[in-house]
Amino acid sequence: MTVELLWWDGCPSHPEALADLERILHEEGVPADVTRVEIEDDAQARRERFPGSPTIRIDGRDIVPPEDGEPYSLTCRVYRRRDGRISPVPDPEDVRDAVRRAA
Amino acid sequence: MIGIGDQAPEFELQDTDGEVQAWETPAVVIFTCNHCPYALAWHDRLMQVARDYVDVHFYAINPNDAERYPRDSFEAMRERVRRDEGWPMPYMHDLTQEVARGYGAKTTPDVFVVDSGGALRYRGAPDADYEDEAQNASWLREALDSMLAGEEIARPETDPVGCSVKWRQ
Repeated sequence: MTVELLWWDGCPSHPEALADLERILHEEGVPADVTRVEIEDDAQARRERFPGSPTIRIDGRDIVPPEDGEPYSLTCRVYRRRDGRISPVPDPEDVRDAVRRAA
Repeated sequence: MIGIGDQAPEFELQDTDGEVQAWETPAVVIFTCNHCPYALAWHDRLMQVARDYVDVHFYAINPNDAERYPRDSFEAMRERVRRDEGWPMPYMHDLTQEVARGYGAKTTPDVFVVDSGGALRYRGAPDADYEDEAQNASWLREALDSMLAGEEIARPETDPVGCSVKWRQ
């Protein structure tokens, strides 16, 4: 399993996303290392198909696929928790479901 | 950039109704935007503070470069206010980013409290946790309560938390 965390320094959310991701990988018994990819400019964002920070991909798939037409740019992603709250990081249960699907 | 006790920059910006808002004090100046999850997470709490403190003038200012972030365009701002059936404060676009630079805004949100004499009395986050609605913008409310009572503000400065202001390049 390949696990990537793509992040941009303009958003302070990536440490929380990384901590959630590593905790869930550990809890699920998945021995995958997280590859961290810093996105530094718009050209790289387009090249990496980066819809915003943080983005988590497992085996190349975004765990919360963005809507069609979402631009690739240096921005912060808006996620929804399962209770409907807006959040700068994915709901941990969405991360867990993605890990289980890929395991 | 200003510090606690400094005179806050006055400004005149156009709101989403096309009206130029005059600067009045005491005031709360909130740098915010449409696209940032932190600004969105704190939004309802900040709107409620404006409804609760009717003797204070609230100004919401979007400082972001809308060319690179179309969700922060003036049209998108107008559409958001219309969809919300109005806000309890004017929502204004700082097209030149001069107001944001004058205040030294770093993030969205970034909150500034100005007293009736025009001096900055609080700067920072609305409260300690964007995820916890029960926090109820408590740092901002504490600052307002102390200022309006003529007392020292116990916590005049906190670290703003949110997305970096998107400066024009």
